[in-house]
Amino acid sequence: MAAHPVEVDNTWERPGERAPLVTGGHTFASLTDTVCAVWEAPRPPRAWYVAFAISVALLAVFGAMIGYLIFNGVGVWGLNNPTGWGFDITNFVFWVGIGHAGTLISAILFLFRQKWRTSINRFAEAMTIFAVMCAGVFPGIHVGRVWLAYWLAPYPNQMAMWPQFKSPLLWDVFAVSTYATVSLLFWYVGMIPDLATFRDRAPTKFKRIIYGLLALGWTGSSRHWHRFERAYLILAALATPLVLSVHSVVSFDFAVSQLPGWHTTIFPPYFVAGAIFGGFAMVVTLAVPARALFGLKNIITLRHLENMCKIILLTGMIVGYAYGMEFFIAWYSGNPFESFIFRSRALGPYSWAYWTMIACNVLAPQLFWFKRIRTHQLAMFLVVMAVNVGMWFERFVIIVSSLSQDFLPSSWDYYRPTAVEILTLAGSFGLFFTLFLLFCRFLPMVAMAEVKTVMPHADPHAHPHAHVPATRRFDYNPDEFDQEQPA
Amino acid sequence: MSHAAHTAAAPHAATAPPRPAALLVEFDSPGALLTAAEQVRDAGFRRWDTHSPFPVHGIDQAMGIRRTRLPWIVFVAGVVGCTAGLALQWLTNATSAADAPPGLWTIFQGYNYVISEKPALSLPAFIPVIFELTILFSALATVIGMLAMNNLPRHAHPLLAHPRFRRVTSDRFFLVIDADDPQFDPARTRDFLGQLPAAVAVETVPEDRSPTALPRGVVIAILILVALALLPPLLVARARLSKSTEPRIQIIQDMDNQERFKAQQAGPFADRRASRPTIAGTVARGDLAGDAHLLTGRVGDDWAAAFPPTLEIDLRLLHRGRERFGVYCAPCHGYGGAGDGIVAQRALRLNTEGWVQPTSMLDATVRDRPVGHIFNTITNGIRSMPPYGDQIRPEDRWAIVAYIRALQRSQNARLDDVPPEVRADLR
Repeated sequence: MAAHPVEVDNTWERPGERAPLVTGGHTFASLTDTVCAVWEAPRPPRAWYVAFAISVALLAVFGAMIGYLIFNGVGVWGLNNPTGWGFDITNFVFWVGIGHAGTLISAILFLFRQKWRTSINRFAEAMTIFAVMCAGVFPGIHVGRVWLAYWLAPYPNQMAMWPQFKSPLLWDVFAVSTYATVSLLFWYVGMIPDLATFRDRAPTKFKRIIYGLLALGWTGSSRHWHRFERAYLILAALATPLVLSVHSVVSFDFAVSQLPGWHTTIFPPYFVAGAIFGGFAMVVTLAVPARALFGLKNIITLRHLENMCKIILLTGMIVGYAYGMEFFIAWYSGNPFESFIFRSRALGPYSWAYWTMIACNVLAPQLFWFKRIRTHQLAMFLVVMAVNVGMWFERFVIIVSSLSQDFLPSSWDYYRPTAVEILTLAGSFGLFFTLFLLFCRFLPMVAMAEVKTVMPHADPHAHPHAHVPATRRFDYNPDEFDQEQPA
Repeated sequence: MSHAAHTAAAPHAATAPPRPAALLVEFDSPGALLTAAEQVRDAGFRRWDTHSPFPVHGIDQAMGIRRTRLPWIVFVAGVVGCTAGLALQWLTNATSAADAPPGLWTIFQGYNYVISEKPALSLPAFIPVIFELTILFSALATVIGMLAMNNLPRHAHPLLAHPRFRRVTSDRFFLVIDADDPQFDPARTRDFLGQLPAAVAVETVPEDRSPTALPRGVVIAILILVALALLPPLLVARARLSKSTEPRIQIIQDMDNQERFKAQQAGPFADRRASRPTIAGTVARGDLAGDAHLLTGRVGDDWAAAFPPTLEIDLRLLHRGRERFGVYCAPCHGYGGAGDGIVAQRALRLNTEGWVQPTSMLDATVRDRPVGHIFNTITNGIRSMPPYGDQIRPEDRWAIVAYIRALQRSQNARLDDVPPEVRADLR
């Protein structure tokens, strides 16, 4: 095991050959050692402490701001008529969207047999869960009387009242809570074999008991693996339509209403593409520092990062197409309200936010046409940071620009967030990163069992250094060429 | 197993050689495991398994593992979830308390919202929740079904106690034959396993001797937790069954509970009275003493038969009365005062329950009433007619009365009422 693994360029494409997905000549044992080293190290790297201190401080700000809000009421936010949704729902949609990349990697890429997903799926799924937790906070706290938020659920009560099931806001409750539950199940089930690895390597009795309880007594039995794989496949098949439905339902919150700029049929696919776009940006944001910090450069390779950059480029163009199509339909429909609101988005009071969004979401990802950028980590990091900002502004533009200029010009107003709202947004990043850093330290960050299946030694019929006949060249044996490749 | 039996058996067990629970063979590659599995399968063993750090491709065929029935469990759960989603929305949104059979508990009565003229049972609007519940039930069934069919969680397993077996979750592959297998023989099976190609080691897995009883500390902790968990429901149950004269506890100040002093309570003022006496130089609402004729329509104890002397009854007043009458009275009483206003007509058409037809002002009963009485009716209302004293100024009320008198006269006119010079035009 190399403590400081060397970066290997495995982004090459040659006809008839597959680039390796795990570099550095890993065996099963060395791969286990490398991934477990993050957890087995007596102390995490110093950078972890710095990041954790900042995250916990932001988390404290988050708690303080929510407490202040509950104590004083929603008046501490800048919301009023006509802008009844502002940072709260913007943050909600932003965080839910982030989560979708995790499910895409774990479920959709699994169904499409994109085996490169195995190195990144675990922490992308963790990201999903933490992002959904951040998202869930915002609708909860924006209801005004937070202590009555349980009214969202259908439960028998003496008031003889039930939720209104024809409302997209209620669909949202079901969609997001189902999504959170299924993502958690998917994440946990996939983690059971790796938790068993931690159990079997636990240095202390206490850790052995804790990880033993979490691993549920997993013994790696082939009969168990058979049902496990089937269950994993079914979960992937369930999570795939689920993830598409969740952001569609989120988009219904807007599209089902009558407001110009919201009432469009393009919203569900446009929102789903945007969610995947923003989510992959966040995966890269996390992966670039994490792989360097925890010595995972041979497992989360340059090729993984490059693949994600390609998906960001693709989804970024889908989002750009949606922006253009909205303008086209606003003109083509001949609806004066619709065309007014879109002219106002580009030239009106929130044009600064609109052009920030266009620059970050449409222009910045175009740099990914160049392979030099796709394989240069700092450049890549800067682009995905732009996308993170841009995707937040996308939701802000949609929500605020439409609300602030509704049908009645006398009620138009310019929405300004208060310091409480800005600090709550910053604090939600504290919650996200605190959970993520704890995850990196205490849970298996890479799906070891899954990565082992894409290593060449996992093929029971493989012989070391065997000649690969031309007819089998397209078989998936990624590491066969690992050592022999010229640099 | 009881705790006593276990301790009694222990000294004997310490002297006897441990009974094998299984025999274990270690391999260092998935290929070797696959070959071994095929041989063990062909040798006719029934109770055996292989263990690996990851699912080995082709092991199912090599071991003869049949395809799991898990998808069927998931399918059934999905159908249940779909039905539950539909039933939930049908019960809660498409039925109403009015449809409910008498005596049905409130919690089983629906609440029928009328949303955008959609029918109560609006399937398109119900699809998202039905879909989400289908997925939720299926996913839960997948995980629970997989774990249950795998007999997990199972924390005490003989293999987990074997030090060599710890590498099964890292890089080693194991084949394990249970001692329960009908073909199992400690010596012969061991020889058979030793001959498997590429076997790294063959070892005996001793029976799991770990105590089956929960440690006393864990039992006590569980009991304490259960007892504590029962406290809140017990307190709730007690509160439901007992009566109290104390005001309810307001944990969170909602708008239904506002701090104030009630009548007859001691207040914070110097005289300790919460109800405040009238401040000198002010008049309480409705207590204004003044021209009783003008303000109440009464002269002494009787209804005033004449208009207040302070008012001048002229054409200007009648015009004012007609205008006010059109605003306040005509909607129910009609522009002619016959009790056929637009509201009355609609109520009659809809056959509204409890509707009282407005009195025709042209009837003899109203014609014979003194003007003060009519004034009082406008001021304070009558039957289902609300009072208008707060909305119409006294002078305007008198103007309306004057206009009503004009209406009554116009609808009950005699020839004498027509000026002599135009009487000839009537014929």
